Amino acid sequence: MGSPMNGSPLTELEKKRKHVPAPALTEWEYAPAPEARDIVRLEERYGLFLGGKMVEPRSGTYATTIDPSTEEPLAEIAQGGPEDVEAAVEAARGAFENGWAKLAPAERAKYLYRIARLMQERSRELAVLESLNNGKPIKESRDVDVPLAAAHFFYYAGWADKLEYAFPNRRPLPLGVAAQVIPWNFPLLMLSWKIAPALATGNTVILKPASTTPLTALLFAEICRQADLPPGVVNILTGNGRMGATLVRHPGVDKVAFTGSTEVGKDIQRALAGSGKRLTLELGGKAANIVFDDAALDQAVEGIVNGIYFNQGQVCCAGSRLLVQESIAEPLITKLKQRLATLRMGDPLDKNTDLGAINSRDQLDRITELVASGREEGAEIFQPACKLPEKGFWFPPTVFTNVAQSYRIAQEEIFGPVLSVLTFRTPEEAVEKANNTAYGLSAGVWTEKGSRILWMAQQLRAGVVWANTFNRFDPASPFGGYKESGFGREGGRHGLEPYLRFDE
Amino acid sequence: MSRLPVRKTYKLFIGGAFPRSESGRSYEAEGQNVARASRKDARDAVKAARGAFAAWSGMTAYNRGQVLYRLAEMMEARAADLAGCCTGRKEVEAAIDRVVWYAGWTDKLAQVLGSSNPVAGPYFNFTVPEPTGVVAVIAPGEPPLGGLVSRVLPALAGGNTVVAVASEIHPLAAIELAEAVATADVPGGVLNILTGLCSELAPVLAGHMDVNALDVSGADGLVEELERLGAENVKRVVRGSADEQSPWAISDFLELKTVWHPIGQ
Repeated sequence: MGSPMNGSPLTELEKKRKHVPAPALTEWEYAPAPEARDIVRLEERYGLFLGGKMVEPRSGTYATTIDPSTEEPLAEIAQGGPEDVEAAVEAARGAFENGWAKLAPAERAKYLYRIARLMQERSRELAVLESLNNGKPIKESRDVDVPLAAAHFFYYAGWADKLEYAFPNRRPLPLGVAAQVIPWNFPLLMLSWKIAPALATGNTVILKPASTTPLTALLFAEICRQADLPPGVVNILTGNGRMGATLVRHPGVDKVAFTGSTEVGKDIQRALAGSGKRLTLELGGKAANIVFDDAALDQAVEGIVNGIYFNQGQVCCAGSRLLVQESIAEPLITKLKQRLATLRMGDPLDKNTDLGAINSRDQLDRITELVASGREEGAEIFQPACKLPEKGFWFPPTVFTNVAQSYRIAQEEIFGPVLSVLTFRTPEEAVEKANNTAYGLSAGVWTEKGSRILWMAQQLRAGVVWANTFNRFDPASPFGGYKESGFGREGGRHGLEPYLRFDE
Repeated sequence: MSRLPVRKTYKLFIGGAFPRSESGRSYEAEGQNVARASRKDARDAVKAARGAFAAWSGMTAYNRGQVLYRLAEMMEARAADLAGCCTGRKEVEAAIDRVVWYAGWTDKLAQVLGSSNPVAGPYFNFTVPEPTGVVAVIAPGEPPLGGLVSRVLPALAGGNTVVAVASEIHPLAAIELAEAVATADVPGGVLNILTGLCSELAPVLAGHMDVNALDVSGADGLVEELERLGAENVKRVVRGSADEQSPWAISDFLELKTVWHPIGQ
């Protein structure tokens, strides 16, 4: 999806056409270019990574994790129960008190550098495993997820012994045990967003991967061992949402960091009321991607496609609402539809693949249900002709036009490859529509006018504003939401603060 | 014959005006009848605060600093009255100095709390602090004036608008302060002050969907309930102290916005 579009100029006739038929499938075929799967050595079953060792779950239960593109089982994963939560908290608390917090910060930094380096060395293995377990195209796990994950450790490693410069006139101290619950859309990247700043600031962690995507976290456990990270500093506790709920409520946990749905985020905030635990939430979004009539249209089309079809749209900051200025709506939508027809959907491990599988049956059902509501409420649907594999969870790239602000597909987070197109006439109207949501995670602006970019950036109530670009991430760049998209920032100097208290 | 003094009626402060409670109720505190705000008054105050937000957050930081400095001037002029409804002259002077201190922060926050971020790619990337929106403050009662000023000024300095619930047992300082605010070029609705029963008003504000942040510093015994209600719209909940003076107290009520733009020819 990163390659520029070879946009052909539209004929006058094409511009006048109201309904554009789905473009025919391209004539040429790409030869398959599969990444080698055998670089990954999977165990039959995985225990919990507690106190530096892989241990059998005290719960005694396991669940199968699958490849969502084929529904084939990959491995049996331990399902932690309440006793395992106890053991994890004990391991993390022990590691915190017996040395990690007292370790010279420069030494702490070196462990993080080691981890970053090991992740780089094993990047191919991590990328294949990520695509296998998540269903995302190898192009993305290889070029985005894994390098960014390693970069996060490298970035925060350097902060470990410089915290007093990040917070002048304050004495920064670690909080203790951090419980971190992450989603399935970027399993390894979210792990690194959570673990890297927590360790750099001297905390120990219990990380709960999403129940459908535990495998890269378990490979990360091996990396921790390779790095000789002291036992108990990082604990990986696999299991279901109920176990996660037990974990965040545990009195031995000092800090909770959650990335996931707004619904679960609210539950956690409620559950933690009165506890005094520190909390950061990175929740849902319904980002507006706003295109003005003076925008570079071909670039905007690429940005729109990247905004909503990156990772099959299973991205909290996805540009799921396209707000297009009325005067260019027709040509833009025509170009967008033509571009969609060139997206390649299929085997996540194929290096040509643009769109992979949806992560789970549950998610596919949710997407399907919301898309049905869009049809019922009266929006016009477009999906390019594409053959979906018979097994696995698949959903074609979808565009809805004639969408009203009140439709569910314009209000609710779909978390799938579904774009809702709305139009506007003036910048004020664009702002009004963009901000008319309970969410406030991200937004996009496409215009060649510099002063308008800055004005829009001021007006949009969102934590990240991408101007003439979309879905860019970097460890040095703070990320997080306004309003019901959560609070706290991850990344950058600002990402340290949620893991520190101050002796003042 | 000695002169009969003109007594003050203690009212609410909403949208720049001094209404009585729409409920027509009052209660006795510190030997005076004080307006007992209703749930409806609380909702009206939120509406006033939301209405004032665009202009207050949109004015220049320099301008906002001058308005807050003007508030300090007005408090100085009313120092004697203020001293009569708190622990005395010393508390008033400390409170005025604190207002001056926060007034000076408005146009420095972005430099201290923001950043330009060196991302690995051809992008200009910067982070700026912005106000979160409408802040509800449950003000601590001790000290009566200092506690309120310590919690309200950080939110105002950051560009938020505020609905403050005055201490239930020491509300007079809050009303006296409102009179200084009303004459200090602070636009109507930027600071709204409710007097009444905390247990009645605080939950309304904590559960209100148009309140962005909640300061529970003075909500003894209610914190758990308020935090739970606050989760309904993912409020930022702040547990502060009655004697805090720091830029971090301001940052508790701020959002961080990060903007990316490609660098190219």
